[in-house]
Amino acid sequence: MPSPLSREDVAHLANLARIDLSEAELERLGAELPQILDHVAAVQEAAAADVEAMSHPQPISNVFREDVVTPGLTPDEALSGAPESEEQRFSVPRILGEE
Amino acid sequence: MHELSAAALAERLVNGETTSVEVTQASLDRIDAVDGAVHAFLHVDAEGALAAAADVDARRAAGENLPTLAGIPVAVKDVLTTIGQPTTCGSRMLEGWVPPYDATVVARLRAAGLPILGKTNMDEFAMGSSTEHSAYGATRNPWDTTRIPGGSGGGSAAAVAAFETPLAVGTDTGGSIRQPGAMTGTVGVKPTYGGVSRYGLVAMASSLDQAGPVTRTVLDAALLHEVIAGHDPRDSTSLKAAVPPVVEAARTGDVSGLRIGIVTELGGEGFQPEVRARFDEAVELLTGAGAEVVEVSCPSFVHGVAAYYLVMPSEVSSNLAKFDAMRYGLRVAPDGVEAPSAEQVMAASRDAGFGDEVKRRIVLGTYALSSGYYDAYYGSAQKVRTLIARDFAAAFEQVDVLVSPTAPTTAWPLGEKLDDPLAMYLADVATIPANLAGVPGLSLPVGLADGLPAGFQVLAPALADDRLYTVGAALERLLEQRWGGPFSQHAPDLTEVAR
Repeated sequence: MPSPLSREDVAHLANLARIDLSEAELERLGAELPQILDHVAAVQEAAAADVEAMSHPQPISNVFREDVVTPGLTPDEALSGAPESEEQRFSVPRILGEE
Repeated sequence: MHELSAAALAERLVNGETTSVEVTQASLDRIDAVDGAVHAFLHVDAEGALAAAADVDARRAAGENLPTLAGIPVAVKDVLTTIGQPTTCGSRMLEGWVPPYDATVVARLRAAGLPILGKTNMDEFAMGSSTEHSAYGATRNPWDTTRIPGGSGGGSAAAVAAFETPLAVGTDTGGSIRQPGAMTGTVGVKPTYGGVSRYGLVAMASSLDQAGPVTRTVLDAALLHEVIAGHDPRDSTSLKAAVPPVVEAARTGDVSGLRIGIVTELGGEGFQPEVRARFDEAVELLTGAGAEVVEVSCPSFVHGVAAYYLVMPSEVSSNLAKFDAMRYGLRVAPDGVEAPSAEQVMAASRDAGFGDEVKRRIVLGTYALSSGYYDAYYGSAQKVRTLIARDFAAAFEQVDVLVSPTAPTTAWPLGEKLDDPLAMYLADVATIPANLAGVPGLSLPVGLADGLPAGFQVLAPALADDRLYTVGAALERLLEQRWGGPFSQHAPDLTEVAR
């Protein structure tokens, strides 16, 4: 059986992912993730060091188009799903700290 | 009427034997009658569908030359954006969200005159193999409503299997069109990566996602494929290549001289004996029709699930960062925090809006990409991806197509694998390699295994999607001769279950 991740390990990952997990969720993921990682770790033995990495099915890079102005969303359309908006802008909670 | 194929309905429309309003109403009536038992739909737009149908009827009456599928209703997986209809992705995060734009796939359906019946259920953000991870409740398998319909596109597959619609669109990241196809006895196709635009497809794993048709016949799949495929300047990964001649291939279905390779690694241990038996019988039929069948080894496929469950969560953790509670979607304030910061609101909203499987994959992906683990996990998985693509390339030197059972088993009882994520992941063992390499795949029903549908998978080289339809159409015709009619005639009567 793989060793569980510590509560602190999972809390750190959840913080990086900006998800405020509950204590119960932290505990459950701490037990589940090592089982999954134990399975997927097989990739480490499968690939030799000199095999090139593949990030995408197509060998494409930098797809350009002509810089032509085309119609986009109106401000009302763009804001139609916003939790809060004001004067044609997204309204968000404070983004600066207290200090 | 609701049991007819799209091709048969199209013929009746052209001959003036019926109207699009009648055909669309027949689908809506069927949804009313059976969706209580199946729960394939998250949203039904009767008014919009009938209006689109009436428009097509008026244009046809005026003598306009219309596309083949004009007037045939279609259902759309709730991961594709639709103006005027909610797009939830099966998540509380997007509950009630109505997008201000259409996905290119949806725009093409509208342009070709297909009335859109509504949006189909799915595992949350397409993460799952059973549709039980939908925040709005599971979809049930029309063949046995105590069982899962597969996933993530269980809604689209079940809607087609239950005769609620002749056509549906699904999306396939690791098998989400093909595996539900196998579970529900429907035809499902994942086109070549880049063959169908991803614009407006809410991304799960951008290098793997691909939309495709879900139907009851191979020809219907080809007709729908042709409508949604083709280059789109709004998707930079969309291929600038002609759409393969899929309809012609589906109409011809000639496999004489075609070289077919059975993948050694997909079909042995872990595969239900009856599923394997239906597969073997289907291969015999193809041999009888003149195909040359050999066995081909793709040794790296056995590492496909492991590589996929690193590549996919890594892309998930990045893609789903956009659900930040700022511009759209759910926003909740954290408990007991006065004047919370944007970051605190973000974390609280993501905890409230995402379900267990989505959180599991985001955290897993965050781990795989984090400093110190990146090379060992994400980096190694990318190398395995190269090996799998090389296996395909080597195999397609020897044969024209590869075949395997689509899924190791038939549909399992609801709830059976919910607490065992790894067991659920292994359901996609045969479908994942195609996504990792970007090649196309098709699943079609080849009979019942222990009383439930079993799927047969065909895989072809990139941009040779027409070969899928050649083999699919040939096999479908041979099986129908054996059964004395289409596979769907064996489906149970759902009106009894719904009552």
